[in-house]
Amino acid sequence: MLEKFKTFTSTAVPVNIENIDTDQIIPARFLKAVERKGFGDNLFRDWRYDKQNNKIESFPLNNEKYSGKILVAGKNFGCGSSREHAAWSIYDYGFRVVVSSYFADIFKNNALNNGLLPIQVTEKQLAFIMETVQKNPNTQMEVDLEKQELRIPSENVTYFFEITSYKKECLIEGYDDFSYLQSRLSEIEQFENYRLSAF
Amino acid sequence: MKQTLFDKIWDAHVVKEIEDGPSVLYIDRHFIHEVTSPVAFGNLEKRGLKVFRPEQTIATMDHNVPTLNQHLPIHDELSRNQVNSLVENCKRHGVDLYGLGHDWQGIVHVIGPELGFTQPGMTIVCGDSHTSTHGAFGSVAFGIGTSEVEMVLGNQCILQNKPQKMRITIEGELSKAVTSKDVILYVISKISSSGGTGHFIEFDGSAIRSMSMEARMSLCNMSIECGARGGLIAPDETTFEYLKGKEHCPKGDDWDQAVENWKTLYTDEGAQFDTKYVFIAEDIAPMITYGTNPGMGMPIDGTVPVFDDASSQKALKYMGLNGGEKIEGNTIDYVFLGSCTNGRIEDFRQFTQLVKGHKKADNVTAWLVPGSKLVEKQIINEGLDVILKEAGFELRQPGCSACLAMNDDKIPAGKYAVSTSNRNFEGRQGPGSRTLLASPLVAAAAAITGKITDPRGMTSFQ
Repeated sequence: MLEKFKTFTSTAVPVNIENIDTDQIIPARFLKAVERKGFGDNLFRDWRYDKQNNKIESFPLNNEKYSGKILVAGKNFGCGSSREHAAWSIYDYGFRVVVSSYFADIFKNNALNNGLLPIQVTEKQLAFIMETVQKNPNTQMEVDLEKQELRIPSENVTYFFEITSYKKECLIEGYDDFSYLQSRLSEIEQFENYRLSAF
Repeated sequence: MKQTLFDKIWDAHVVKEIEDGPSVLYIDRHFIHEVTSPVAFGNLEKRGLKVFRPEQTIATMDHNVPTLNQHLPIHDELSRNQVNSLVENCKRHGVDLYGLGHDWQGIVHVIGPELGFTQPGMTIVCGDSHTSTHGAFGSVAFGIGTSEVEMVLGNQCILQNKPQKMRITIEGELSKAVTSKDVILYVISKISSSGGTGHFIEFDGSAIRSMSMEARMSLCNMSIECGARGGLIAPDETTFEYLKGKEHCPKGDDWDQAVENWKTLYTDEGAQFDTKYVFIAEDIAPMITYGTNPGMGMPIDGTVPVFDDASSQKALKYMGLNGGEKIEGNTIDYVFLGSCTNGRIEDFRQFTQLVKGHKKADNVTAWLVPGSKLVEKQIINEGLDVILKEAGFELRQPGCSACLAMNDDKIPAGKYAVSTSNRNFEGRQGPGSRTLLASPLVAAAAAITGKITDPRGMTSFQ
């Protein structure tokens, strides 16, 4: 069972780069584990650490002024490989929401299947959020999944975001797709029998 | 109602639709490998379940295997552990495994088609984004995450929203030395690395129809690189000819019946697409990428574009290239022939054809990695290995290798690799590596001259 997704208020971490692919989120050499643990340590590994394993101070995750449960990233976030380790590493690091103007399809599914909410905003909205957070890292943002709203009270803005009612319920109640499918197994078997007779 | 090929296959696999939610989609074929399956098996077992339809899943080892001395134990403990987990999981759940040492081992998207496990009209998934490859056979094939791998193992279904439909038509005849790899790099350079997001692509047009199955696979393989879930091509005589007699394909009367069914798999005249593009085959030159996503591609004889946005400038800086300069003639360090994009027999034939009678440049390290044991066997049967050896090249053993550099095949920091793989992301081929994506012909030309070279100028082509 997934952790239930509750409304929360948090500051955000801005990574103002477009087309962040899953190889940047978690490089392939860290995919050798057979269990899901400790991936947060290697989130954005090659942007966070140099070859000698020293922290790269200029990268936002290493910048002390930024913290929080919301990652704000440039458009086309999560493109590339299907590795769910990307969603795991973001979640494990402590983020619960990623805000971008565009998400790659597989990443979006993986995120939702792990209780990580991808919030898609327009490019204009993203530019405003990015600028606001960079200018004032203490900016508080409210994530209200029930109302499908991302709010920045200090700026007096409210952005509505899309999510299917099915996925919304899954996140709020902590349901997973697997359990849903298990509950439909007899229909799946009927479908198999029908197909066998049809072809 | 007029339907696209994609609609016909998708709709025939919908078990149930959830209101304001995804569909329950039935999966015919499921491929698994060592990297994205262990957590799925682990969770399935935590739920106290077994694999629901083990005969519809096959497993191989590819991402994390060495490409030298495969008969020896893997020295890296984590890799060895991951590979051993797959062996144990397959044994416990009754899944067929073509692991190291098996005659059919290889990259999952190479072995599926060559064993006839991939067939027209099927839904096919794998925990790997390049599952789109199998669309070349007129199937709906796409990559999934590990949670979805677990869903398929446990229920033979996943929950999925139906993508939008895009058609990309390529009309005309491809020029000399232009391959399907150049076609897809050209398309992505035109529509961008996110231009296909939310879509499933159908490729058609005279240039597509005249492609071999190997060429169609390279094309569909990289559909994901423009953000699309997958790409597919209507099956035709070329498809049937390729599949006939393959291990897992129907035989005898069943074969004839299957072909009859497959012939109904095409887009009806007048069916609607959400997005359409038409490109002219004659406009396409041999391509090469200059940046850090597959959309940053250019004709090999062109100049690197000039950018004013920070993300693109960051990419050029990483690559050590300058806008406005020619790329041809730049010295390179590595050549990689292989991967699920270009690791098939036709790719090795093309590479060999071009290097025949030449010698590998001294400044180049070349890794030639067959996509599977069957491809390796055919290379030897056709005597390509002898020609390659005379030209100074050696073959390695099948696996994903330097495409994602999970094993030891890593391009060193700062070095340039002309690579027939599918991604040029920062560090994709090893931390700090600089990838130039290209066709096997462009890779061959670079391997001979040690520089980025237009294959149309090579003597083998005169």
